[in-house]
Order: sequence, then structure tokens, then C-alpha cells
Amino acid sequence: MMGLMRLSLAGPVLLYQSIVLALSQIWANKIRGILTTVGIMIGVAAVSAVIALITGMKQRVLSEFEAVGTNKIFISPHWPEKRANYSFYEVAFRLHDFDDLLENCPSVSKFTHIYSRGWGGQTLTFGSKVEDERINVMGVDPEWHDIEHRLVQMGRPLTVMDNDQLRPVCLINKTTRDKLGMDRDPTGQYIVWDGVRLLVIGMLEPSASAMMSDSESREVIVPFKYMIQKARWPWYSVMAMSKKPEASEDAKAEIEFYLRQKRHIRPGGEETFEVMTAQRMIEQFSRVANIVTMVATGIVGISLLVGGVGIMNIMLVSVSERTREIGLRKAVGARPAAILLQFLVEAVVLCLIGGAMGLLLGQGLTSAVSAMIPKEAGGGQQMIVPMSAIVLAFGFSAGVGLIFGMFPAIKAARLDPIDALRHE
Amino acid sequence: MLIRISNLTKHYTVGVERIRALDGVDIDIGLNEYVAIMGSSGSGKSTLMNILGCLDRPTTGTYELDGQLVSDMGAAQLARVRNERIGFVFQSFELLPRATAARNVELPMIYSRGAWFARRARAREALTTVGLADRMSHRPNQLSGGQKQRVAIARALVNRPAILLADEPTGNLDSVTSEEILALFDQLYTDGQTIIMVTHEPDVARHARRIIRMKDGKVQSDLAVEKDAVNA
Repeated sequence: MMGLMRLSLAGPVLLYQSIVLALSQIWANKIRGILTTVGIMIGVAAVSAVIALITGMKQRVLSEFEAVGTNKIFISPHWPEKRANYSFYEVAFRLHDFDDLLENCPSVSKFTHIYSRGWGGQTLTFGSKVEDERINVMGVDPEWHDIEHRLVQMGRPLTVMDNDQLRPVCLINKTTRDKLGMDRDPTGQYIVWDGVRLLVIGMLEPSASAMMSDSESREVIVPFKYMIQKARWPWYSVMAMSKKPEASEDAKAEIEFYLRQKRHIRPGGEETFEVMTAQRMIEQFSRVANIVTMVATGIVGISLLVGGVGIMNIMLVSVSERTREIGLRKAVGARPAAILLQFLVEAVVLCLIGGAMGLLLGQGLTSAVSAMIPKEAGGGQQMIVPMSAIVLAFGFSAGVGLIFGMFPAIKAARLDPIDALRHE
Repeated sequence: MLIRISNLTKHYTVGVERIRALDGVDIDIGLNEYVAIMGSSGSGKSTLMNILGCLDRPTTGTYELDGQLVSDMGAAQLARVRNERIGFVFQSFELLPRATAARNVELPMIYSRGAWFARRARAREALTTVGLADRMSHRPNQLSGGQKQRVAIARALVNRPAILLADEPTGNLDSVTSEEILALFDQLYTDGQTIIMVTHEPDVARHARRIIRMKDGKVQSDLAVEKDAVNA
């Protein structure tokens, strides 16, 4: 391939000519060209849609984490590997386990106990109205307002007094109020939760995060100490906040050390609790999202490969159809490199057209899919194929054109002009 | 001398058989000659034509074109020689069917250096020479056989080649049109163009001023044509 080495001398004029020629050649065989590029088109559409959707989801989820707070730390009881060796009371946190947490963990700014009964098997009653669906009753400390950024719209927040004196009071959200048909300002009214009368002291703001909370859930927030003394199975967890997001890992270490001491876990002994930082969760999520992107891109790469074989096939047909033309071009002075360039450019242009159409299709796919995702799951907003995916798609297309166009182009470049001109 | 061929041989191997298509050929052709190469099929005239046109390389011997030793050149160098020094006219015209006459004539200039901006003007000039200035934007299927061959001749002339190499240029044309094309060749010759033409028709060959007859890979005869024979 001495011709290949001289490609650099071919010059921009020849390149321009080759592009013009390739476009006219493709235009002359429009249907064939479109059918040939379907493989590339679908491949590129799939890659770009997958990347767009995952990128969109990732941004959405990360912004959720931002809204929730990146300096949160979740502490929960955790059954070790050998479950049978531990009783419920060995694993579950005891009521006073966290009493001197703040003194021992300088990186933790505040924390709240959280006790939740879960969703089912409970009823809320107001007058004659009974609600038994999607009920979310939580016992929390007054610090919960600060940590979750949930203040009250009406009435007053929970206080230390409510908690310490085990007052049967509660905060409700707008959904609870509306579903129970309460007054616009529900403060001062009583609701009944599983036979317990609770005084409504205020109404909560909606959560800033759409994904981490369910606007349809009937929230009832009760003082933790009141709720835990009524619980048959006092299984609770703790949400803490580090002084700043960067201190989360320090705080986690401090809490782990504190809890091991508190629970008398010997060095090397298995932990009966789990401490998870929001930072760590973000990292884990990002990692999963990246892996999904890579795997999807890899799978889609196979369809590009199939598309490439289609391109090679049609280019071989093109070379054989135009053998006489190649012979003529060589006779009037086209060097092998010029013929090579011509067919290579044609393959690449064909692939790039397929890639461009694939990107349009991918954007359509992305819009369609993001419209189908419910708002709570992070859908609804406009998702756009990111620049990186566009560059990737065109890069892939051009690459496929180069690789799969090379063999037919070399074949064309090596044709003997005498034989080519004699070809029928 | 424009062309200096000495002791040229070309051997092919077909299966186990060795064919001597050219078997020691010596020919000199000067500037502004009009030469016809004749011979029956298998005489070696096509092989000689291919080598003269730098489409093929001899097995042994030397071919000097305008002082350049062509027989030693590689594929890319030969392409450049074809582009700059040789104009081909084929029996079946070999026009690009979707390109206009002007675009067809421009084709060799795509592969030349520096002719970029003058392309259209030079194509017009060449088409004017062959009497087709008014057919610039016609496609081959809108042209008659004779017009197609004129476009092909314009294409051969557009890079002002040292030799015009015509392979049975009237083979696909009726006798009236053939005479028109041959008259055009006569005109080009009179204007100073060197022409080498391969043909097996004596009527066509008679237009040339020198006839080389090939037989079994050798030059059988190399004779000047009587001047008045042109008008015969």
C-alpha cells in the first residue's frame, strides 16, 4: 500500500472532491444508503438514548441528594451475618444508646431518633372519616425539623417539652389534612391513630425533595419518646448530621467507635449496626450509573458492529458496480491513494449520515421515555442527549466507517486499470 | 524523440503457459506524429498500447517518454504521468453517466495539481475545441455517440497531454460519425498534437501519417503513409 503513505499529499482539494462525490453517490442511491445505515442508526440511537437517560437520571438523583442534604448520616441496627446468634434486643438500639452521642462524636452536629411503624395495618380517624392507606406515622425528635429541613406552615413545631413529657401531639401534612377532611388550619383538632388520640399542633411544609418523599403519603409526625414507649417492637434508627459534608467520613468513624463501645463489641467482633453517609450513597449511586452506562454502551457497540458489516457489504457492491469508473479514474491519473480516499470517505460519510439520523432518533426516544417516567421517579423534565454522547456517536460512526470501509477501499485502490476498464 | 522504446518485452503467465505478448519491440515516435498501430487480435497491439499509456509496465526493456524513464516508475508516479502527459480515448467512451459533459471533462483535473480554479474555464476551452461548447451541461444520455466521443476527446485534451492515445476510437460509431471524429483528429494533428491510435480498420488507419503493424509481439512493418492517402 504505497498509495496509503502518500495520502497526506492528497491535499484538502481531493478530500473536498471526495466528500462532494460521496454525497452525490449516496444521493444517487438514496434508498440503498438509508437501508444500509439502519444498523448504524439504531446503534447510535440506542447509545445516545441510554446515555441521555442515565445522565438525566443521575443529575436528577444527585440533585435530590443535594436537596436531602449531603451531610446526612443514617445509623440503623443491622443483623450480622450469623443472624441466629443474636436476639432482637441485642440488635435493636436501646432507648438510651444515643444519649451521649454528641459529647463523643465532635463531627456530628445534631441527630434525631426515628421510629416508623411502616405503611400497613394502621388507621387514621377524624370524625367519621377513616383513612387506612399510605399512612406514614413517624416518631422523631425536635431536631428532625432542622435535619430534614421540614418546618411548619401552620401551628408550631415539635419541642423538647413535647418529647420529654411524652405528649400525645402530632404534626400532619397537607395530604393528611385533606384526606381526613379537616379544616384549612387543622391545629387544635384531634385525630385518632389506632385508638390513640393525638392533638394536631401544626401542619408541615411539603418536602423539598420530590423523590425521597411521597406527596400522596398521609404523614403524621409524633414525638419520638411518646411513640417508642407505645411500640411493641421498639426498632428504631437514627439520622445524624455532620458539621459539614466533608466531615461525614470522620463522623461515621466516630459514631462507629462510639457504638462499638456502647454495645461492648470486642475488636474484630461483628457490628450489629450500620452507619451510612449520604456521601457514600451518592458515590455508590454514581458508580452503579457509570457501570450501567458502560455495559449499555458495550451492548450497543455490538449493533454498531453489525451496522458496520452492512456498510462493508454495500461498499463492496459499490466498488464492483463502479469497477469501470475506477478504471477510468485511474487511467486519467487518479493515484491509488485518491481512489482509496474516495471510497473511504464515502463509507465514513454514509456512517456519519446514519449517526446523525441515529442521534435524532435517540433524542426522540429519550423524550418519549422521559415523558413516560412518572414525576416522582425523576421523569417529566426535558432530557437531552448530552454533548459527550453526540461526540461519542459521531466518533463511533466515523470509526465504523473507517474500519469497515477500509477493506472495500483497498480493494478499489488495488484494481488494475486495464482489468477494471475491461470489466463488464 | 518524444517516445523511445527499446527491446521491450511483456510476458504473461496464464496457468502454466507463458505468453510473449511483446517480444522485443523497438519504436521511436517524435513530436507531432500521427501514428496508427494495427494488427490482428493477439498481435500485441493492445499490450503495446497499455504500456505506451503507462497503464502497464514492461517485463524487460525501456520506455522513455519525453526524457523520463517511465518503465521504472511505481504506480503513483505512473498515475501522475498518465494525468499530465497522456490523454486516453476509448472505444466505448467511458463517460461518467451522471456527470455533465463539463464535469466529465474536468475529471482529469481533479487529480492534477493546481488546476483547481481554472477547471471550468479549461473544460469549456477543451469542449470548444471539439465543437461542443453548447453541450456543457448535457449528460451523456442526452448526447449522440459522436458527441459522447467528442466529450471523451475533450477530456483527453484538457490537461494538454504530450500524446493522445486512442484505442479504436471509431469502433462504436457509424461511418459518417466516424469520419467526423477522424476529421477532428486530423485537425488536432494539424494543430500540433501527437496522436497514437490503435485500430484494425485500414480506412481509419489511413488517416495517420505512419502505420506500425504488429504481429506475434513483434513489429512487422513501420511505414509512412502517402500524403495524398489522407484524402482517399
